Amino acid sequence: MTDLPASKVDLKSILSTPSRVDNSEGMSYLQSVPRRIVTLYIPLSIIVIILLFPFYWMGLTAIKPDEQLLDLDKYNPFWTWNPTFKHIHKLLFESYYPHWLWNTMYVAVGATVLSIIASVLAAYAIVRLRYKGANVVGGLIFLAYLVPPSILFIPLATVVFQYGLFDSPLALILTYPTILIPFSTWLLMGYFKTIPFELEECALIDGASRWQILIKIVLPLAVPGLISAFIFCFTLCWNEFIYALTFLQSTPNKTVPVAIVNEFVDGDIYRWGSLMAGALCGSLPLVILYAFFVEHYVSAMTGAVKE
Amino acid sequence: MADIALAPRRAKTEIREATAWDQLRHNKNWLGFWFMLPALAFLIFFLAYPLGLGIWLSFTDTRIGRVGHFIGTENYEWLWDDAIFWLSVFNTLLYTFIASAVKFAVGLYLALLLNERMPFKALLRAAVLIPFIVPTVLSALAFWWIFDSQFSIISWSLKHLGLITQNINFLGDTTWARICVIFANIWRGVPFVAITLLAGLQTVQPSLYEAATLDGASRWQMFRYITYPLLTPIIAVVMTFSVLFTFTDFQLIWAMTRGGPVNATHLMATLSYQRAIIAGQLGEGAAISSAMIPFLLAAIMVSWFGLQRRKWQQGESND
Repeated sequence: MTDLPASKVDLKSILSTPSRVDNSEGMSYLQSVPRRIVTLYIPLSIIVIILLFPFYWMGLTAIKPDEQLLDLDKYNPFWTWNPTFKHIHKLLFESYYPHWLWNTMYVAVGATVLSIIASVLAAYAIVRLRYKGANVVGGLIFLAYLVPPSILFIPLATVVFQYGLFDSPLALILTYPTILIPFSTWLLMGYFKTIPFELEECALIDGASRWQILIKIVLPLAVPGLISAFIFCFTLCWNEFIYALTFLQSTPNKTVPVAIVNEFVDGDIYRWGSLMAGALCGSLPLVILYAFFVEHYVSAMTGAVKE
Repeated sequence: MADIALAPRRAKTEIREATAWDQLRHNKNWLGFWFMLPALAFLIFFLAYPLGLGIWLSFTDTRIGRVGHFIGTENYEWLWDDAIFWLSVFNTLLYTFIASAVKFAVGLYLALLLNERMPFKALLRAAVLIPFIVPTVLSALAFWWIFDSQFSIISWSLKHLGLITQNINFLGDTTWARICVIFANIWRGVPFVAITLLAGLQTVQPSLYEAATLDGASRWQMFRYITYPLLTPIIAVVMTFSVLFTFTDFQLIWAMTRGGPVNATHLMATLSYQRAIIAGQLGEGAAISSAMIPFLLAAIMVSWFGLQRRKWQQGESND
């Protein structure tokens, strides 16, 4: 379907380092400074502020004392001079929150590892073994990527129930790969195609088996692709909601997104502080991971679309 | 000299017949099958089978805890007369259409802005993607708080600017609720569109713009006749994904409004969850989610033709 190596995107340039010789926009000197302020800096800052404001608000609410949260007249709502860790403390020590974090992590790592193993094998077979019908299978896997969880959760709930997996993290570990495998297979297929075929031919002549080639030659060369696939899958797992909402029932078993929506939303008018603290603590691990692997993340995202 | 290469070599030992076991281990097709097995097992048991099962369930009267019987198209006939179902279809189409159109416009604009040369470019690009990283439900909760009926920061700001006198009941009023969820969806989707389109923009040759400048092209003309045509293939793919995921959205709505007020924000996905899991009518819920399939097929067709066109543009053969 898409054997084309595409016009290869220079992924580095997406998040360019300052030292890079940037000759892609060599004509900006044609624009005057005031014009650039109006056409570039003002719209850009408006968009970026809107994109980031909810996080500022989330963080601010999480550390504001309760009385300041609800009294908008006496205190300036955009800032607080006496931050409190009460909400975060309550979250971490007086609720199941650590449990939920652990569940989310456990499910995400489990599902991601399973998916990556399955995808590496599948992608290698499609790209390099070229068995009969490899292209058709590749196309079908791409189609599987387009099947959304929203139309699968009802039948999957009955399947999960039949297998006795209901209310167990295993239900999620086994169902999440259906979302992750199509994506990571396509991503890894792209990476494997860039590894020179000659290396494998050499290894074959030296008597290596296909399995040895995969483990000793292809995988070490595909490490950037593996990292991209891993962190992207991990993020998708962390973000997944509808399966976790449907398949898990008891409070300690839930994952962070489901637990926050179901357990923290009560009639309490002072719930906002802990709610936002929960949202903040649930987002931070991913943001930190992202901060370390921005480039891999972007290449995963664009790679899946470009292939 | 040539004789040396041609001299036949005698095999010292008789070549062993390939046993069935050897075939299984070394034959290309069998090896391919073994390698594909884990992925296929997952996709067949947890994707293809449930997909078929879902369609079957939609023709039965299954409930939670009770095995259903085949009842033909009764579920669909029931839905045909159900005003709430049609409202959810309308909402879904409205939501998908407006959100995708704005996501595309703003995403493309943001990509063009980020493609300019400026200080802190890398940092800005990294920051822009954060809404996409943070789990949707958690950012939806932040929006829920921002759109709170009494303590909304937006109402507060507008009041202090003297633009309104009363708090806006963001999630309690049908029109406002729709605007709010669509806004949150756009907010969440713009980074994806922008960053992927940016990747496409960076493959455009700068010399094309230089040539156009020499020919006296305006900035709009450069966009219209250089950037846009070169970007169409990737736009097709990105927008297909965007439409697909907007159409089947569930978590944003569930976290912000749960379909309310008076079903004004119920999408097909949330309605099917409500009917199937909360009310226990699995058959009916399955019928609602199966009704989404034709739309998904339409989106996949768009993606397919987008890819075909891309191949043609790059002058490669169709295989």
